[in-house]
Amino acid sequence: MIPIQAAAVPGAPSLKTASNLERVLAEGQFAVTAELGPPRGCDAASVRRKTQILKGWVHAANVTDNQAAVVRMSSIATGLLMIQEGLEPIIQMTCRDRNRLAMQSDLLGAAAHGVHNLLCLSGDHQSKGDHPGAKNVHDIDSIQLVAMVRTMRDENRYQNGKDIPGGGPCIFIGAAENPFADPAAMRPYRLRKKALAGADFIQTQLVYDVPRFREFMKKTVDLGVHEKVAILAGVGPLKSPGMARHLRENVPGMSVPEAFDTRMQAAVKGIDADDKQARTRAWREEGKRICVELIQEIREIEGVAGVHVMAIEWEDAVPEIVRAAGLSPQTAAQPQQ
Amino acid sequence: MIVAETKPLEAVARMVQGYDRVLAVGCGTCVTVCFSGGRKEVATLAASLRMKRGIEGKPLQVDEAIVQRQCEWEYIDPLADQVRQYDAVLSLGCGVGVQALAQRFPGTRVLPALDTLFMGMPSEQGVWEERCQACGACILDKTGGICPVSRCAKQLFNGPCGGSRNGRCEVDAQVLCAWHLIWERAEALGMTDALMELEPPKDWSTSRDGGPRRMLRDDLRVPREEEGDE
Repeated sequence: MIPIQAAAVPGAPSLKTASNLERVLAEGQFAVTAELGPPRGCDAASVRRKTQILKGWVHAANVTDNQAAVVRMSSIATGLLMIQEGLEPIIQMTCRDRNRLAMQSDLLGAAAHGVHNLLCLSGDHQSKGDHPGAKNVHDIDSIQLVAMVRTMRDENRYQNGKDIPGGGPCIFIGAAENPFADPAAMRPYRLRKKALAGADFIQTQLVYDVPRFREFMKKTVDLGVHEKVAILAGVGPLKSPGMARHLRENVPGMSVPEAFDTRMQAAVKGIDADDKQARTRAWREEGKRICVELIQEIREIEGVAGVHVMAIEWEDAVPEIVRAAGLSPQTAAQPQQ
Repeated sequence: MIVAETKPLEAVARMVQGYDRVLAVGCGTCVTVCFSGGRKEVATLAASLRMKRGIEGKPLQVDEAIVQRQCEWEYIDPLADQVRQYDAVLSLGCGVGVQALAQRFPGTRVLPALDTLFMGMPSEQGVWEERCQACGACILDKTGGICPVSRCAKQLFNGPCGGSRNGRCEVDAQVLCAWHLIWERAEALGMTDALMELEPPKDWSTSRDGGPRRMLRDDLRVPREEEGDE
């Protein structure tokens, strides 16, 4: 059964939405989110399968929006399948593929179907994806999208200032930040800008470089931004030494210390080079161990309200990581239906 | 200036395939200074076409002309008698020039020999870069004289995306990140506070999104005779 428009949460008048993620953060719990990549076709069963893997282990899961500018099942449609399966979606929405009309109408529709969370993104450039000849939109940018959704929710007004008949969508608003991208000095201020625009939570780019992240968080805390917005640090398990190198060299704005390559290489020491399965298994185990250690380290940093576990096309890893990191699955409640 | 580049010879040759006599018309302004449609480029293209067609055994007469500006009637009107003698006109002007010739000479086929790229400038010898997209509502006062509309691949108004690395754009490492430049300039000028303000969604109606644009200056207009009768 598909739930309809979010109502006020009984007994929790301070909450803005019916979002489970909002409730968890408001209660001061350490939030855990993960990522679910929609299929490249219309295979609903794969969405249900991935949902079942994550269900019970995370408070909500992001659904990517044509991630890496590759066409996939719509994030909202995927999110509805997740709701049917009992996992709260965080719908990602990029500014690349929609103008303000499409964004607002999609949001109204998503909210009508019981979506409570949105992550506002610029979007990877289409030149990196599977339709490089596409025209991009970028009618508004990700910070303007945050402000638009906040206006829709809190003031019941469209971006054009006109009233939304019957009230706006009750959406818990997220945004992203990359603490490692340039110009480094601007990043904490840009994060503050997102908070001021109306972001309720932030999910960061993958953190491997903890010292640099700590520095970023210190500045963020000094600015008082962590009091306005809940910051979830992005983490993800490495699959191989090659992945560490790939992230460092090919993903813009990523900082991956070379120590991780070394550790991943050491993980297959003594394993026959021809035994590919055993090597893969050893790498993945080490990747998960590193991820757990990162979570434990990051958890201690002031201003971090949770983690966002990105195990791309490796959803199976999430429950193990969450359990090993001591993030009790019992706290990972299901969405309110 | 308007920056354009010459189409590949094959593409131009295909356009003039069925013709025997063609007039190649260059432009003495923007495309001359970006070395794509000036006197020299007209001569080179004309010679190449003649040679190619000669080799193919289908000789093509290509004559050459140049006007100071292909985008103004007063400069192209003197070509009126000349163009009648040709099967087609090959314009080495920008897209504005091609259309001006086509509008002025409705009985003649006008073909583009250039691809018009952007409004920009030579940033160094042999390198041209885009600087303006004519959005119709300039915000350069807010961004330290660096345009995020034309120079940011995602046209962001509130700071850089997460893909800026070493001051370069994630789309093309040859391209400087506009927001990195804006931030550095703001730091140098002590104006970073201005970048903390939320820039609201842009009104794109002044841009191409509002449809083809016109500018009217009543103080400069000369009433036409037929208008006077109305």
